[in-house]
Amino acid sequence: MSAIDQKHIRNFCIIAHIDHGKSTLADRIIEMTGLLTSREMQAQVLDNMDLERERGITIKAQAVRTVYKADDGEEYLFNLIDTPGHVDFNYEVSRSLAACDGAILVVDAAQGVEAQTLANVYLALDHDLDVMPVINKIDLPSADPERVKEEIEDVIGIDAEDAPLISAKTGENVHEVLEQIVRKIPAPAGDADAPLKALIFDSVYDSYKGVIVFCRIREGSVKKGTPVLMMATGARADVVEVGTFGAGQFLPCEELSAGMVGYITASLKNVKETRVGDTITNAERPCDEPLPGYKKVNPMVYCGLYPADGAKYPDLRDALEKLQLNDAALQFEAETSVALGFGFRCGFLGLLHLEIIQERLEREYNLDLVTTAPSVIYKVHKTNGEVIDLTNPTNMPDAAEIDYMEEPMVKAEIMVTSEYIGAIMDLCQERRGIYQSMEYLEEKRAVLHYHLPLNEIIYDFFDALKSRSRGYASFDYEMLGYQRSELVKLDILINKEEVDALSFIVFAGSAYERGRKMCEKLKAEIPRQLFEIPIQAAIGSKIIARETVKAMRKDVLAKCYGGDISRKKKLLEKQKEGKKRMRQIGNVEIPQKAFMSVLKLDDD
Amino acid sequence: MRELELYLHIPFCERKCLYCDFLSFPADDDVRERYVGALKNEILSHRGWAREYAVTSVFIGGGTPSVLSAGQMGGIMETLHKVFRVNADAEITAEANPGTVTQEKLTGWKDSGINRISFGLQSVRDKELKMLGRIHTFEEFTESYRAARAAGFSNINIDLISAIPGQTVQSWRETLKTAAELGAEHISAYSLILEEGTPFYERYGKEPGSGKNGGIQKGYPPLPDEESDRRMYEDTKSLLKSYGYHRYEISNYAKEGRECRHNLGYWERKEYLGLGLGASSLLEECRFHNTEDMSRYLNLFAQGREPGPADAREGIEKLTREDQMAEFMFLGLRKTEGIRADDFFRQFGRALRDKYGVQIEKLKNRGLLEEEEGRLRLTERGTDVSNYVFCEFL
Repeated sequence: MSAIDQKHIRNFCIIAHIDHGKSTLADRIIEMTGLLTSREMQAQVLDNMDLERERGITIKAQAVRTVYKADDGEEYLFNLIDTPGHVDFNYEVSRSLAACDGAILVVDAAQGVEAQTLANVYLALDHDLDVMPVINKIDLPSADPERVKEEIEDVIGIDAEDAPLISAKTGENVHEVLEQIVRKIPAPAGDADAPLKALIFDSVYDSYKGVIVFCRIREGSVKKGTPVLMMATGARADVVEVGTFGAGQFLPCEELSAGMVGYITASLKNVKETRVGDTITNAERPCDEPLPGYKKVNPMVYCGLYPADGAKYPDLRDALEKLQLNDAALQFEAETSVALGFGFRCGFLGLLHLEIIQERLEREYNLDLVTTAPSVIYKVHKTNGEVIDLTNPTNMPDAAEIDYMEEPMVKAEIMVTSEYIGAIMDLCQERRGIYQSMEYLEEKRAVLHYHLPLNEIIYDFFDALKSRSRGYASFDYEMLGYQRSELVKLDILINKEEVDALSFIVFAGSAYERGRKMCEKLKAEIPRQLFEIPIQAAIGSKIIARETVKAMRKDVLAKCYGGDISRKKKLLEKQKEGKKRMRQIGNVEIPQKAFMSVLKLDDD
Repeated sequence: MRELELYLHIPFCERKCLYCDFLSFPADDDVRERYVGALKNEILSHRGWAREYAVTSVFIGGGTPSVLSAGQMGGIMETLHKVFRVNADAEITAEANPGTVTQEKLTGWKDSGINRISFGLQSVRDKELKMLGRIHTFEEFTESYRAARAAGFSNINIDLISAIPGQTVQSWRETLKTAAELGAEHISAYSLILEEGTPFYERYGKEPGSGKNGGIQKGYPPLPDEESDRRMYEDTKSLLKSYGYHRYEISNYAKEGRECRHNLGYWERKEYLGLGLGASSLLEECRFHNTEDMSRYLNLFAQGREPGPADAREGIEKLTREDQMAEFMFLGLRKTEGIRADDFFRQFGRALRDKYGVQIEKLKNRGLLEEEEGRLRLTERGTDVSNYVFCEFL
């Protein structure tokens, strides 16, 4: 395939709202283009991390190259670039799109256009991609493809007249999708003789090859030995290998030239040097200017991660370092908590990113973790004129030193069917949302525009949204900036001792309510001990809520049957094991999960 | 001569009680007969080494050993005496369920060498007995009790359970008083444990007295609340004391000199051999138990086979020095008199303080242990939360 010309290349991605069948369609395309035999097909080959498969979402953008022999008798080379499907990874989505020439828009034939559908389409149109709609899940009894077609035309404003009606699950009509890719998605352009200009849309770390950079060649060409320069980070290296993407494997080739999608390796040690969105050029023959749109992604949400077993601290550090090799957005630095000992303050793109990292640490590195309440970055304006970025509630300055504080706001778009508008507006109200506007997309569906404080949505906003709309609402957001706000630090005292890991920052008007719930939650989580334990919530020196864990009265194994001491011992060992998993704070033993209970205050 | 205790398991009952998670089930005559044969065969399998030991106590437990006929029990005892060297003054206990014994059966037991009876009474209120799924009434118990006395048994235990559904502080006091007034030599007073896999566990969930039990909604009487549970527990001590019983272990009370020697053996880590289905043993610092699979047991010890003494053993655990010391503590401390530092030193060649000084100090400071004349024992509060104390030594 080395001699293939640009007009036989199609670089595209699939965009969709979560669960509308993006990965399934990708599987079918790969399967039907015959690069893999059916035997090699595993469900959802693009998602090669176990975790991704289980959660049914795509975390890292990936790419695959397949060969399609079209009805016109010509062979076409398809580069399918997979994009993550969650707002946390918005920037990665945007870079993946920038690597494509067209996008397949998958819309669920039953659910129709959703908030992320819109957000992704707008993103695709921003990148001048040709969007080709496909209506999926026509095998569902509730499918209504004609309505959905109209919706696509009315709401999004793109022609859906000849959108293929498919079932990615059964394979029905997927052939038509392949033909439309050839006909509707433009072939790449770009001068292969111009200076190298390539967009990085992802990178992974491999312990043998070092960093593997996924890129789209816009101009020029690159091959083994080419001296390259990452224009934003300034990293330089000589190319060791170039190649294209098989399914789940790398296929080395001679050269990558304008229009192609592939990878390069250059014995780079850290993905930090190969930031997504950066432009690769030839160090000896650089291009005039980098491709537009690069930005450094910054964490939005912070939390403390501590090993449940203090002795595992070095293991946690190693694991975080390894994960960071592959995830430039993950940040961490050492911190110490009185309650939890040594750990790390970690920064994430969002709550999903946090959950994924936490799960990967637990599964892939076998670590038991204690997570503290996630926090956003507050700006604290001190009376002395200093402004600090506060990522850890513990570092909040004394109230007397604070002039005022600001918190990050987001612009949220919530798409909801009309019967739940009231419920969702109530929810936004409770979360301190500021109503902006509402538009009806059609008779029964509307988009609500709100400005919301980020700290109100990082806990459980998604869950609340889903439960109050019976799953019918969808949600997307983008950062808006900072806004002045009345914020206080809420401290939790257990047996009169302040537990730093449980402190959090909260809107002053919600402090009493949150403090009360927090005490109730902790009361339920902390087992009875030898003495009575007061649990208090305080702002400064003022106690605002209190609960009491009564003293344990009886803890006896009365019976010993037929000399079965082994069983008795096992029961005691189990009890002892349970105690080991607890944190000793003063005289009180606190179960690890109590520290996480702050995350779920609104589940009642 | 080395001493040994024997435990014989009879895994049969007429009907399973609702709280019971013991290895026991109803069975027909044929299975019972085959089991008795297998048990005798198992006893015989030990004849190669049995005479090296002097048997100080025998405990025939269940299930309900009294579901066996006088002849079956006599046969087992005869085999036992043939194989083992049972001391003339050995304590030989058999458990009996009220309503399953007759004067005739009891006389047969007495003749076979059994000298102590343990009755599972549990409550004196018929309503509570029914609630527990017991097969007998209080009336039937008193008949059985009198029959045992008439048969010549001068050492009788009565098992009682507190904190059962529907029980009140008042009814528990009545149960205690009635049992004490009958003049039994020994009373075991347990507090109900909801064991997983039992109907009671299904009904009442896990925490007795938590108030969250689902039993009430389903129309079952509630478990006593925490306050009542607590009072029942305290009443047990004071009431039995006033009748001349002293507590010598967490849940066991006896008149002077009538402590159950067999049970004390468990707390003192004496060697014991378990015979029968699922029976546990401690021998040469190994803990193990027999198979719990009835058909396997019956096959291994079937008539005409020449089984080896270890054929049915499972779950063999060789106790390390560390295990032995921990057991010494958490078993020994169950006794009201506690443990002696001297004994610890004699057994392990190491000072108690050297090994567990930190834990002992901590527990003493918290008022859970007390020390007196070289003895270490649980305080009242320590007894209440004994599991907490024992965990410290694991």
